[in-house]
Amino acid sequence: MGAGHAHKLYRHGHSPVHRLPAHCKLLAVLGFVLVVVSTPREAVWAFGLYAVLLGTVAAVARIPAGFLLKRLLIEIPFVAFALLMPFVVPGEQTEVLGISLSVPGLWGAWNILAKGTLGVAASVILASTTELRSLLLGLQRLRLPSLLVQIASFMIRYGDVIADEMRRMSIARRSRGFEARGVRHWGVLAKSAGALFIRSYERGERVHLAMVSRGYTGTMPVLHDVRATRAQWSYAAALPVTALAVCLLGWTL
Amino acid sequence: MHVPDGFINTPVSVAAGVVAAGAVAVSLRGARRELGGSPAELPGADRTAPLAGLVAAFVFAVQMLNFPVAAGTSGHLLGGALAAILVGPFTGVLCIAVVLLMQGILFADGGLTALGVNITVMGVVTVLVAYGLFRGLVKILPRTRRSVTAASFVAALVSVPAAAAAFTLLYEVGGLTEVPIGSVLTAMVGVHVLIGIGEAVITMLTVGAVIAVRPDLVYGARGLSAPLKLRVGGELVDAPAAAGPAPAAARSPRRLWLGGLVTSLVLAGFVSFYASADPDGLEKVAADNGIDRTVEEHAAADSPLADYGVKDVSDARLSGGLAGVIGVGATVALGSGVFYVVRRRRSEDAGPESVQGSV
Amino acid sequence: MNVTPPPSLDVRGLAYAYPDGHQALFGVDLTVGRGERVALLGPNGAGKTTLVLHLNGILAGGVGSVSVAGLPVGRENLAEIRRRVGIVFQDPDDQLFMPSVREDVAFGPASAGMRGPELEAQVMAALDRVGMAGFADRPPHHLSFGQRRRVAVATVLAMEPEILVLDEPSSNLDPASRRELADILRALDVTVLMVTHDLPYALELCPRSVILSDGVVVADGSTQELLGDDDLMRAHRLELPFGFDPRSVTIGA
Repeated sequence: MGAGHAHKLYRHGHSPVHRLPAHCKLLAVLGFVLVVVSTPREAVWAFGLYAVLLGTVAAVARIPAGFLLKRLLIEIPFVAFALLMPFVVPGEQTEVLGISLSVPGLWGAWNILAKGTLGVAASVILASTTELRSLLLGLQRLRLPSLLVQIASFMIRYGDVIADEMRRMSIARRSRGFEARGVRHWGVLAKSAGALFIRSYERGERVHLAMVSRGYTGTMPVLHDVRATRAQWSYAAALPVTALAVCLLGWTL
Repeated sequence: MHVPDGFINTPVSVAAGVVAAGAVAVSLRGARRELGGSPAELPGADRTAPLAGLVAAFVFAVQMLNFPVAAGTSGHLLGGALAAILVGPFTGVLCIAVVLLMQGILFADGGLTALGVNITVMGVVTVLVAYGLFRGLVKILPRTRRSVTAASFVAALVSVPAAAAAFTLLYEVGGLTEVPIGSVLTAMVGVHVLIGIGEAVITMLTVGAVIAVRPDLVYGARGLSAPLKLRVGGELVDAPAAAGPAPAAARSPRRLWLGGLVTSLVLAGFVSFYASADPDGLEKVAADNGIDRTVEEHAAADSPLADYGVKDVSDARLSGGLAGVIGVGATVALGSGVFYVVRRRRSEDAGPESVQGSV
Repeated sequence: MNVTPPPSLDVRGLAYAYPDGHQALFGVDLTVGRGERVALLGPNGAGKTTLVLHLNGILAGGVGSVSVAGLPVGRENLAEIRRRVGIVFQDPDDQLFMPSVREDVAFGPASAGMRGPELEAQVMAALDRVGMAGFADRPPHHLSFGQRRRVAVATVLAMEPEILVLDEPSSNLDPASRRELADILRALDVTVLMVTHDLPYALELCPRSVILSDGVVVADGSTQELLGDDDLMRAHRLELPFGFDPRSVTIGA
C-alpha cells in the first residue's frame, strides 16, 4: 500500500480510462464481472470475447501486459483448486492422455479458471487506472454508507503510519539481537502486535479529538463531488453492455 | 480464503451480499455503542469513524506481520477473532469488512461479486463464532485475566474452522460444480483446525499482551477490569457488551449454553446428513489430500503482501474421524454463537441506551 | 461601541476530575487578552493538556467557567467555540487525517458550512500564511515533519480562530524548522496560547508566561522574569537548557 494518493497497483497515466470518474468505472467493472459470472460455462467462445474486451480496455489504458499478468498471480490458490477438480469430482469419466478425468470436473475447473481470471483482470484494470482517493469518492458517490467510506479513508490514511510503526518496532527488536526464528518467538511478536494495537487505538482517540476540535459532527464534508457526464457514463457502460450482449448470445446459442 | 469471482453462483453470491450488507448495516449501528460515541452527550462526539478506521488499519498491518513456523516458513494472523475480542463484535465485523473491501478493490484479492461471500464467511461467521464463544467462556470461567486469554485461545481456534465450514456450506448451496461435500467439509475443517491453532496461539498472546498494559482496551474483558464501575449504571452490567438486566445476566450462561447446545444439535444433524452421503475409498482420500494443499495456500494468500510460503501443512493429513469430531465441535460453537447473538439482540432491544464516558 | 473587547480567553475557577476519579485541575484562573502571546509552562502532569481540552469544550462537566471572546463554552454554542479556538495537537499525523493537504485544511471551514470558491480561497490563504501553498495536493504522509507541523497550523488558521492553542509546537523539529515556525507564529495576527517545555522558545515568542503546577496557576508574569526566577523554576521542575541565561537575552529584536 502506498501513501495517500498512490497504492501498489495504481499506475499513473492520462488515458481515457484514467480520466473516467471512479464511480462509473466501479459500476462498469461490477456489471462486467456480474455478466461474466452469469455466463453459461459451456459458451467457451464467450469467455474468449470477454478476454478480448478486457484486453482492449487494458490497451486503451496503456497497461502493459506483463504488469497485468503478474497481478493475476493472486488467484493461484484457486487455480490449484480448479486443477484438482477433474480428479475428485464424481461423474462421467473421460480419457485424456491415458488419465481418467471427470467431465463435470473439467467443466468446473474451466469455469473457475475462466471466470476468476476475468474477474481479477477487471479488478486489476480498475485499480491500476484509479487513484485511491477517487476510488473512495466513487464509493461515496455510489451511496455506500458515509460512515463506511470514512472508515475506509482512515484505514488508507493511517495504514502507512501503522505499517511504519510496525517496521520501527521490528528494527528495534532486531537491533537488540532478536531474530524471530520459530514458534518459540511468537510471544515477542505477539507483544509487538499488542503494542501496535494499543498505539493504533490511542491514535484513533487522538485523531478523534483533532476532528472534534475542528467541528466534526459525524459527517465528512463532501468537497469534490465528481459528477459524470452522459458521455462518460456511456463510455464506461461500453464494457458491461458489450459483455451483456455476449452473455445473451451465450445463453441463446 | 479470499474467494474469487465465478466460484459461487450468482444467486448465492447475491444472497451472501445481502447478508453481508445487513451485517454491515447492523454493525454500523452497534459499533457506535462499542466505541463509546454518544451523540446525546456532546454533539460530534461520534468516535466510530476514526477508531474503527484505525483498528482496520491495524488489522491490515498485523496481517503483514510474519510469524515464523519452522524451517523458513511462516504464517500470519487472519485477525477476525482478535478484532472481535479487542474491539467488540460489531466493530470487528466492520473492520474486517472494510479490509476485505479494500483488498478486493485495490489488490484484486477476492472477487467483487464474491465480496458478500467473503465478508459473510471471514467477517460475520468468524467474528460471531469467536465472540460468542469468548463471551460464553469468560462468563463461566473464573473472573481472571488467565481466563480471558484462555477464552481467546478457544475462540480463535474454533473460529477458523467454523469459517471454513461456513464456506463449505455456501459452496454446497451455490458451488458451480458438484464436489463431494462430506469430504470437502472434512478436509476444509481439518486443515483449518491446524491453521486455527496458529491463529489461536497468536491471538491469545496478543490479547494477553494488550491486557497486561491496557486492560481497559480489551472490549471483551471490560467486565473484569472494573466491576465496581459497572454497577453504578444500575442494571447495565457489562455494558454495552451485554446490556441486559442484571438478573438475566446472572443466569444467562446456563441458558446460553443450553440454547447453544440445542441449536448445534440441529446443525450437527444437518451436517451429518450430508456427511453420511460421503463417498468412500480413493475419492475421499484424493479430496482430502487435494483440498488440503489448496486450502493451505489460501491461508498464505490472505494478505496481499504475504509470501506464498506456508508449506508445512500439506504433509499433515488428519484422519477423517478426528476431523469429524472437530467438525461437530465447530458446529457446537457456531450454534452457540448464533444463539448467543440472537439472544443478545433481543435483550439489547429491550435494554436502555448504554452509559459511556466520553473522551 | 466604545467598550473594550472581551478577552480572547477567560478561565475562572476551573476544576475538573476525570471519570476515573483522578483530579487534574484545582481552580484555574487565566485571562488572555486579545492579540497576546502567552506561554503555558509546567511540569508533566500539571494539568496542561486537561486545561487545553477544556478550552474548546472537549472536556466539560467540572466546576468553573471558560469563555472565549465573551462566549461561554457550553453545549449550546459548541460549534462556534470550536471554530474560535484552534488547537494544534502535538503529533501532526493525528491532526492531518484527510488524504490530501488541501482537504485537510478545508475540513474545518467545510464543517462550518463553507463551500466552493470561498472555501478554496480560505484554504489557499491559510496555506500561504504558513508557506505551504505549493503543497496543497500532496498527501500529508509525503511531507517532512516540519512541513506537516506547518500544515497542521494552517488547518487551524483556515478556521480564522480567535485564539490559537499550540501543544508543544517545537517538539521534534530541527533547528531550521523550529525557526521557520517561530517566524510564522510571530507574523500571525491572532491570540496565541502555547503549551511548551521548550523554555527558550517560550521566551522567544511569548512576552508573557503562565506556570501551571498541580492543577493551579502558580505564577503569571513576564516570561523573562519568570524564567529568571531560579527558585520558582526549581520548585516546579522547570529547567533551562545548559548555558542558557534568560536575563542575557534581548527580547523584541
